[in-house]
Amino acid sequence: MLAGLDGDAAAHKTLLTRLSAHLRAYFKTRLGRIGMGAAEAEDLVQETLIALHTRRHTYDRSQPLTPWVYAIARYRLVDYLRRSRASMTDLPIEEAKEVLADDDPSSVESGLDLARLMARLSPKARQAIQFVKLDGLSVREAAVRSGMSQSAVKVSVHRGLRALSLLARKGSRP
Amino acid sequence: MKTDELIDMLGTNLEPVKGGELRNTVTIALALGAVAAFCLVLAMFGLPAATLAGEFPALKVLALAFTLGVVAAGASLLIRSTRPGKPGGKLLVLLGLLFVALLSAALVTLIVSHPAAWGGMVFGPQWTACLVCIPLLAVAPFASLVWAVRRGAPTNLKRTGAIAGLVAGAVGAAVFAFHYSGGSIPFIALWYGGPILLCAVVGAIFGPLLLRW
Repeated sequence: MLAGLDGDAAAHKTLLTRLSAHLRAYFKTRLGRIGMGAAEAEDLVQETLIALHTRRHTYDRSQPLTPWVYAIARYRLVDYLRRSRASMTDLPIEEAKEVLADDDPSSVESGLDLARLMARLSPKARQAIQFVKLDGLSVREAAVRSGMSQSAVKVSVHRGLRALSLLARKGSRP
Repeated sequence: MKTDELIDMLGTNLEPVKGGELRNTVTIALALGAVAAFCLVLAMFGLPAATLAGEFPALKVLALAFTLGVVAAGASLLIRSTRPGKPGGKLLVLLGLLFVALLSAALVTLIVSHPAAWGGMVFGPQWTACLVCIPLLAVAPFASLVWAVRRGAPTNLKRTGAIAGLVAGAVGAAVFAFHYSGGSIPFIALWYGGPILLCAVVGAIFGPLLLRW
């Protein structure tokens, strides 16, 4: 975690990958109890990863990592359940079985469609994320190509990621 | 989208973070809110001539010490509550002690003085001004604190909202104390402590609405 905070991308990816396994297990157990499947759990894993990433400045370096991660995971879970309660109640019972039974643990994809979400970002943020986060250009290269200043690119990326996670939550099932 | 792809995307071109950003943001928001509230007091009541001349009667000092104490303890509790998974038990106790201390001082004052004077002490002049102005002055600090807290990651929204309201109320009260600090300790306990707690309740109500992320 500390290496990731200092800007070590490889360490950050390793951390997120390991955490995603823990989070997946955590959400599957919690959601399994109320009859939701692996795809919902995967939505939540991704939402939580984005939250952990965009709010990583709220981690206190002197404190253990686990309580911080689980507090965020729990918050995302509660928020998810609150959002989904309304749509769960108006599901007819005959259909509910079918809908909830699609539990295929192999290669679960979340309902997020990045291309569709990206299309709804502001042009500035979309371009910044495309260059820096998807194409892997450095901030300086992205700044030259887009004609923005380097700090403007950084801000756009940061805002864009937050907007993406917000859009993902609004659009995600159920 | 697969989770691996997401992780790849998040990790690409990672920006380093220091970890002190939250503290700075909350401090700046607190300062901005206090300045705004102070300007409002100046606009409403004009310059506090006596205070500017260096006159600090004991009661004004007490009111300022109490409110600024609540601001300091509340602000560090607020920073804690924007960091997930961090309990702030000791600070909460400290806040409680501040209120208990003021309340006991007020009770002692009432006990040693004549019952006939109680009414005048409790309902001193301008008690309605305190009740109206302190929450009014707390609006700007509350807004700036909410802005700051939203940049963190509060996980208990009701509690965080209450703390933000408490700090904002205490800022309002501290600023109001420059203008008028009341005539007795029971007056300060009731008409300073009360509106501050009222602000905390309002903050708790609005917390889940304003702080959701």
